[in-house]
Order: sequence, then structure tokens, then C-alpha cells
Amino acid sequence: MPDVHSLVNDFVNQLKKRKIEGSQATAKQAAELLRSVISQQRVPQTNQATALINAVRAVGEKLIAANPVELAVGNIVRRVLHIIREEDLSLATAAIAGLELSPGSDDEDDVERDDYPVLSAAAVAAAARSTLRPPSLQTLLEDTPISAANPHTSSSGGDSEGKSRSVDKSSRGRKLKHDVIEAVNELIQDISTCYEQIAEQAVEHIHQNEVILTLGSSKTVLEFLCAAKEKKRSFKVFVAEGAPRYQGHLLAKELASRGLQTTVITDSAVFAMISRVNMVIVGAHAVMANGGIIAPVGLNMVALAAERHAVPFVVLAGSHKLCPLYPHNPEVLLNELRSPSELLDFGEFSDCMDSASGGGSLHVVNPTFDYVPPKLVSLFITDTGGHNPSYMYRLIADYYSADDLVVKRRPATGS
Amino acid sequence: MDPPRRAPRTIIDPVPKFRQVGFFAPGAPPERSQSGPPDPTHSSPPIPNTSAASLSPVMIPPPRHLSDNLIIHARPSVASPRRAESINVGGSNCDAPVSPAPSSSYSSRFAVGGDRSFFDGKGNNVGKVVASSFPRGGFDLTAMKVNANVVVPASELTTVSVVNDSLGIPEKEKANKGGGSAGEVKDHPNSKQQKPKPTKAERRALQEAQRAAKAAAKGEGNKASGPTTSVNAKPAKAVKPAQKVDNTAVAASEKKGGDCPPEKDRKKDAPQPRMQYDDQSRVEKAKRRSVVKQTEARNRVELFRHLPQYEHGSQLPDLEAKFFDLYPVHPAVYKVGLQYLSGDISGGNDRCIAMLQAFQEAIKDYKVPPEKSLGRDLTAKISSYVSFLIECRPLSISMGNAIRFIKSQIAKLPLTLSESEAKTSLQSDIERFISEKIILANKVIVKHAVTKIRDGDVLLTYGSSLAVEMILLHAHELGKQFRVVIVDSRPKLRGQHLLRRLVEKGLNCTYTHINAVSYIMHEVTRVFLGAASVLSNGTVYSRVGTASVAMVAHASRVPVIVCCEAYKFHERVQLDSICSNELGDPDVISNVPGREDVKYLDGWANIENLQLLNLIYDAMPSDYVSMIVTDYGMVPPTSVPVIVREYGREQVWI
Repeated sequence: MPDVHSLVNDFVNQLKKRKIEGSQATAKQAAELLRSVISQQRVPQTNQATALINAVRAVGEKLIAANPVELAVGNIVRRVLHIIREEDLSLATAAIAGLELSPGSDDEDDVERDDYPVLSAAAVAAAARSTLRPPSLQTLLEDTPISAANPHTSSSGGDSEGKSRSVDKSSRGRKLKHDVIEAVNELIQDISTCYEQIAEQAVEHIHQNEVILTLGSSKTVLEFLCAAKEKKRSFKVFVAEGAPRYQGHLLAKELASRGLQTTVITDSAVFAMISRVNMVIVGAHAVMANGGIIAPVGLNMVALAAERHAVPFVVLAGSHKLCPLYPHNPEVLLNELRSPSELLDFGEFSDCMDSASGGGSLHVVNPTFDYVPPKLVSLFITDTGGHNPSYMYRLIADYYSADDLVVKRRPATGS
Repeated sequence: MDPPRRAPRTIIDPVPKFRQVGFFAPGAPPERSQSGPPDPTHSSPPIPNTSAASLSPVMIPPPRHLSDNLIIHARPSVASPRRAESINVGGSNCDAPVSPAPSSSYSSRFAVGGDRSFFDGKGNNVGKVVASSFPRGGFDLTAMKVNANVVVPASELTTVSVVNDSLGIPEKEKANKGGGSAGEVKDHPNSKQQKPKPTKAERRALQEAQRAAKAAAKGEGNKASGPTTSVNAKPAKAVKPAQKVDNTAVAASEKKGGDCPPEKDRKKDAPQPRMQYDDQSRVEKAKRRSVVKQTEARNRVELFRHLPQYEHGSQLPDLEAKFFDLYPVHPAVYKVGLQYLSGDISGGNDRCIAMLQAFQEAIKDYKVPPEKSLGRDLTAKISSYVSFLIECRPLSISMGNAIRFIKSQIAKLPLTLSESEAKTSLQSDIERFISEKIILANKVIVKHAVTKIRDGDVLLTYGSSLAVEMILLHAHELGKQFRVVIVDSRPKLRGQHLLRRLVEKGLNCTYTHINAVSYIMHEVTRVFLGAASVLSNGTVYSRVGTASVAMVAHASRVPVIVCCEAYKFHERVQLDSICSNELGDPDVISNVPGREDVKYLDGWANIENLQLLNLIYDAMPSDYVSMIVTDYGMVPPTSVPVIVREYGREQVWI
């Protein structure tokens, strides 16, 4: 236990000090941390899923508070919660399937479901099916109305406990934890391979002699472009340097070393060059549920320029960047101001500060992120394929359960 | 621009002297020009002041007549009181007596300051001098015109003022000048004949301008008030006023003769196609002639083959070494060329002034070779200087305009003039160009633009523009409460210089880089931008990044105000920033000063496939521009071609 605590604290500190760069690394570390939290969590005999959920939530809350702007952490926490719920549900359905074979022992269920006396196990199964599988016509037909089905799914954690008790307690407890850890491992796997899955689609989007513009540096973009290059497509890339971090230099060097025709331009030249560009491909920091993106600073300008010249603005994002929240005033609330020293040398301007007492004042604004509204985005390419901005909310709904949107513990759930 | 407009112009080839553009009273009779009482000395029609003050929001009056009128106004002793009264109906008090010149004058300082002291890199004193001279009534005449919603060619006014203010001019010279305007008198019957019957094309042009003017008027609002203290307190220039009077008179009368250029000339006036650097043979030819040894850059950007891409940094020491053995280029020009090359002089106005002053020097030392005419030989000489300067750094459009001015002045020199007279005349012409087209124009722009600043505004500017700086400082001096956001971009970081100057003056500043412009734009209420040139399709050609800033402002519904002197307007059109541009040294992109951690691109030249592109300018589409503030007033971008047409010909250049 102390082991986990120190791990959590370490990670929180790193987040607070902004030591971890890139949402992919953050997501991966967060997932690994949560995995160890789960594995160390002692599972009680009853209410195992709730216990796990509460433990993850407690840690998740801390992590999110450490760096609220790093949305990937919150995403991962929510996804792990979702995994726990899903695993629990699938165990429940498995249990019910077992119950149906021996229908004598479900008296407990009848007690719980007084309101739906006729369909006890079948209703649970149907509800479970509807959440786990895409809705088919059959499920729609045989199912109870959705309003009735919903309470089942949401409270499935609770009442499945009841059933599990009756089936076999000890083995199931271990099984849930085991399944959850398996699933989290899969998630980690997904995060680290999302590049490849996105890059696989490169050939479908980049054709011969294309001119592509990007800003700053993103590993996803690098892999995407290189994947197209490996498929013998030859095209040119303009890289805007992405002040004040100048990651574009890095990307350009990498691209050139892999044999792509690369031209570095200043950020100010984006508007001048965009008229000769066929496609803008950028990475994002986070994708919001409305289809807007939180992206490195400067991308809003690029997106506007692309819109002006009707150049497709394509955003590459791994699924760990999909955030189920809707942004409100994201330019300010989901942003971070970095050190002025990246823009102005304090030593040079210290005398101005002196004279500032006479009335003039000097502020330096150095934001980290830009918000690009969904109407400026033409296409999202995620590891599951290409999507429209207007579809993102649905895609996101696949990854998260509605209960977890607010990670903060509600006082009632603890019981 | 469009064929239907151009074609008829050839028909009415003797272009009427009196081309009117703008608003006229519905009842303003065409014979207004005759309504003025016959005056033996000034029979020119009265300035459309009466009509202008009452109704026209924006008016682009024909320059010559205006100037005549001002002579009348500004010389109370000559003008009869009755006449002054009649003109003064509109309530604009142009006839205020000439006030003694304020002690500090832009131009006289300029003359003293010598090389590039005025618009020098710090530019600090510039703003101060100019701004501080305002309260004392810097150029109220023009400002007052503005208040009466009349756009006035500053150039004309100031010419006159020079004459007027030199109070010491003996009567004889005044008579001389009278002769000058008498020369114009002769011409008026001509204009009167054509006046009452505007052709279809004229009417059409008029309509178009009216439409444009209406838009401008809307921006203008109604600021009909505005006390004026004096007429043109511009102090006397030390340089030979008598000479100048003579010249203008002569030049004016000369112009009269050839005022309507035949079709062939008109065609010649169309801008020459630029040198395309992907044209092998021409590049070879140019290279053989050139003084500066250029080596082709290694990693050239394919898209910009048509622009010169040379190695930077190698020419300067080479040229410096040759400083003493290069007789064809005058040392002053040579020095300016080196300064361009090293980047010591940058910024449109500074470069233009430096060049003009170098030419002044060169003309001063010029000797006409035996059996050659001054006109031809000097033009050739200037051309060779210009091509040298181009080798150092491609000309800006404003410099092109200035060169065109000099050449036309040389061509206009009467053959009767002796060599020394011709030289002094040219020198004073250049002097006048600097003071009126650049310095005074900036003052007028400040006067106009400052009315657009209100208390509580947050003004955004990009890079460092002289006009914008002067506007901000003047508004600050007027006690307006506002905040300035300075957006800057690599690699030049000129905004830092501006920031320093503004903060030292006590303004509240916020500094950020261009990527953050969408972040900061939410709090901004107005965007003030400078421009390197405004092209006749309304495209604003300016420091790279300006277009991005304007675009973001446009997207956030923030008005974009472009401040640009009219001498930078050009009849060329351009749709993108690629066809014609200037490429800077790519090396400055790879190293980021002050950031030791950013060293990813060291040795980039050895990496195959990697190019660095350092664009200098970009072209901002006209729909981002809410308003262009120029010395002829505040106009929408659609009015630029009108100004170019009305004033772009030689007559603008006084």
C-alpha cells in the first residue's frame, strides 16, 4: 500500500511540475499507475467493483487536480473506470447465463426486482447486451423500453454483487480484478500502438506530389508522414516551427533524415504558404466531445488560414486524447501560461520594469494551447478510422460510461 | 482595372484637368468653377470648399487647383477679404493667418541630422519630435480638412506652405510665383470646356468613387468640429525657397503641355514585369553586370525559384574590401547598399529615406561629362545605382516609387537650366519628397488615426511600424487611456524594439508572439497595422505575419486599420505572397537567439532534403482590411486604385 501511495505522489508531483511531456507519455504512465493501484487494492468480498471504482476515483481525483489541463490523465482515469464497470457487467451476464441454466436459485433476484416481476434474468441479460454490443434490431424488439433498461445498467455494479454472492464468491472476486488488469494492459497496449494504427491509414489520405503543412512537432504526425513515405509516396512537407518551443525544427530534421522534402517556415509565413498547400495535418493535445481540439498554440491561426483557402485541416489523435467533456471558454480555462522568459529576456527588459513605476507596464503572455473550434476541423483520424467532428461525441461515448464524466466522488457512492 | 473603364479613357484622351472624384451636391453646378469672382492673379476656380464643407464626406480634389487656392488662403495680404469670406462659407477656417513656425521642425532637423539620424534604428526621437509638435499646431491645415471631411493632398498643401512660410521672400518672388499660377490660368478655359459634359466613363468613375467614399465616410463619422490654430505651421525650409518656387512654376507649366500622355506612354507606365530568377539567360546576363558577387544558396526552395536565393553573409566583407576601388558607384550609395546588406537599415521608410539621401549626395557630386546631356546621363547613373542597391537587397515598392519620382523629375528638367541649377533643383525635389511624402504624410496619418482611439481601447499591433508607433505615442500624449498589445514574430523580433520604446514612454503594453494571437485577440478592440505597400487591388503587402494577424482579427470581428503613406501605393496587383516576395537569410531561422536549448537545426545546410524558408513579406487580402489610413484620408481598400490613378501619376509628385 505505501508503495502505491508513493507512486501516486511521485506522479502527482511530476504532473504538477509539468515534467511529463506529451499526452501519450502521460496517458501511458497514468494507466500504468492505475493498474498498480488496482492490483494492490484489497478487494472485499462484497461490492468488489464499487471498491475498485472508489479506489481508482480517489487516485484519479488527485491526478486530475495535479494538472487539470492535461486532459489525457482524466481520460485514462475515466476509461479505467469504464473498464471496471464493463468487466463487472460481463461477469454479471456470464453469471446470469449460468443462472438461466439452473433457474432455481434466483430467489434473491426476485426480491430485488419487484417492479419488473416477469423478466428478471432476461431483462438483465438484455440490458447487458445492449451496453456491450451495438444495438441490433433484435435487441431493440425484445428489449424493454430504454427508460426501463437504463436503471439496470447504471446499478448493475450493485445488483450483480448480489448474484455473485450466490454463485461462487471467492473465484469471482479474483476474476474481476484479473479481468480488469487484463483490460488495462490492453489499454496501455493500445496507447503505445495508436501511432501505428493511425499511420496505417496514411496512404488513404496522402497521394503523390502532395504538399502538406504542419506546425510544431507531434510523434503521431511524424509516424503518419513517414508511413506514407514508406509506401513510396513522394510529397513535400512545410513545417512551421511552432514558437516558442520550436519543436518544428526537430520534426523537420527528423522528416528530412527520413528522406522527405522538408521546408521549415516561420509561423508568420503560414498564411503566405497555405495557398500552395493541399492538406494541413496536425496533432492535437486533446479532442473535446464537441469536436473541437485543444492544440499547441498557433494552430487556430493555421486552421483559419486553411479554412480561408479551403485546405483540409486534418487532426490526428489517438483514442486516449478523446475527452468526454464539452469545453467552456477553452481558450482561457483549458490553457496554461508559460514562462515569459521564452519570449523576452528578462535581463534585457529589466530596465523597462524600472521605468514602469512611471506608468508604463509590461505584460508578457505566453499561452501553451489554442482551441480550434469544430467548424475549422475537416477530419479526425483516430486509431479507429476517420471521423467527422460532429461524430466525435458518439465515438467518445463508446469509451466512457456516462457515470464517470464527473470523476469527483459523490458523497453517496461510497456506501 | 476592368476593361470598360479603361477603354473610354483613350477616347477622352486629353484628360480633363479637372477630374473630380467624390461627392458633389446634387445641385452643385458644373459651372461652379466659373462662379469664383474673376481675380487677376488667381483665376483658378475656388476649391470645392463650399460644397465640400456642406456635404461631401470624402473628396479627392484635384491637386493643382487646391494648391492654388491655398495660396490664396494662406496669403491674407494678397487675397481680398471678400474672397476669403466667400470661400469660408463652409465654416472651415482655412484663412487663419500664418503662424510663426514652431521651433522644432521635422524637416529642418532632418536637414541637419544628416545620414539616417531621423528614422534611425531607434526611431525614438522621431516619434517624440513629431508627437510633441502636434499640440503646437503641426499641420493643422490638413487636419482641419479632415475634420471637414475633405481629403486633401498633403503634398500640395505643404509645398505651398514652404513658400508661404518663408516670410522673408521678397515681393519679387511672389510675383514670380504668381507667374507660375498664371501659367495655370491659361489652362483653365480648357478644363472648363470639358467640365460640364462628363463622359460616360467619367461618370462611372465618379459613381464608383462615391460608393467607396461613402464607406469611408461611414468610418469617418461626423467630426466636423475641431479648432485649428494655424495654417500650416510647418516651418520654413532652409534650402533656397526662391529656387523652389521657380522650379515648381516651371515644372508646372511644363506639365501643362504634356499633361495628357498619349496611349503609348500610358502603356509604358504599366509596371514592368519583374525579373524572374528562374530565367537562366537573364540571370546570367544580370550576373555579368553585377557588382556584388552572389553565390547561389545550396538548399534552394523549389517553390521560390523565381526569386533570388543567394548565400547570405558572404557578400558583405567582400564589398567592404572593395569600398575604395569602386568608382562607378558613388560612396554614399555604396554605403547605403552595405547598410541594406548588413541589415543596419530596415523598415520601408528608413530604407527609402536613406536611398534618397544617398542619391542627393550623388547628385551633388555629379558632373555632367562632356558632350552628354544631363538628363540622359544622370538617369543612366541613377539606374546603375539602383541596380547596385537591388543587388544588395531587392527594392521595396516604396523605393520603386521614389526612384520613379526622381527619374521623372530629371526628365522634367528644362533644358535651359544650367547644370548647377538643375542639380540644386533635383536636390530640393528629393528633399521635398522626403519631407512631404514621408514625414508629413506620417503626421497626417497620425492625426487621422488618432481619432479612432477611444478610452479603454486595447490596440493590437504587429511588428514595428513607424506610423503605428507615432499614432500610439500621440494618443498617449493626448491622455487617452488605452492598452497596447504588441505581437511579434521571429526572426526579426522588431516588436521588441517597439515594446521598449513604448514602455519607456509610459504606455501599458502586453507582449506576445504571433502564435498566441488568437488567444489575445479576444481582448483586443482594434488592430493597427503598418504596411510596406498597398497594391491597387486592395491587397496589403506587408511584413510577413501581418496577414495572419489580420485574418485572426477578422475572424474575431475586430476592425483592422492599416496605416500606410500614399507614396507606398502601387498600381501592381497581387493575389498571393508567392509570386513576388523577398527571401531573407535562411540561417536566422535555424538559430534562436537567447534559447540555447533550441539547436536542432545546426548544420542544416548539410542535410539533404531540408530547406529553410525565410519569407519577408506577405499579401493580405483586402477583405480583412476595415480601413486604410493614408495621407489622403481614411479610405476603404477599394479606393486604393482611385488614389493610385488620381495621384499616382507625376502630378502627385508635386
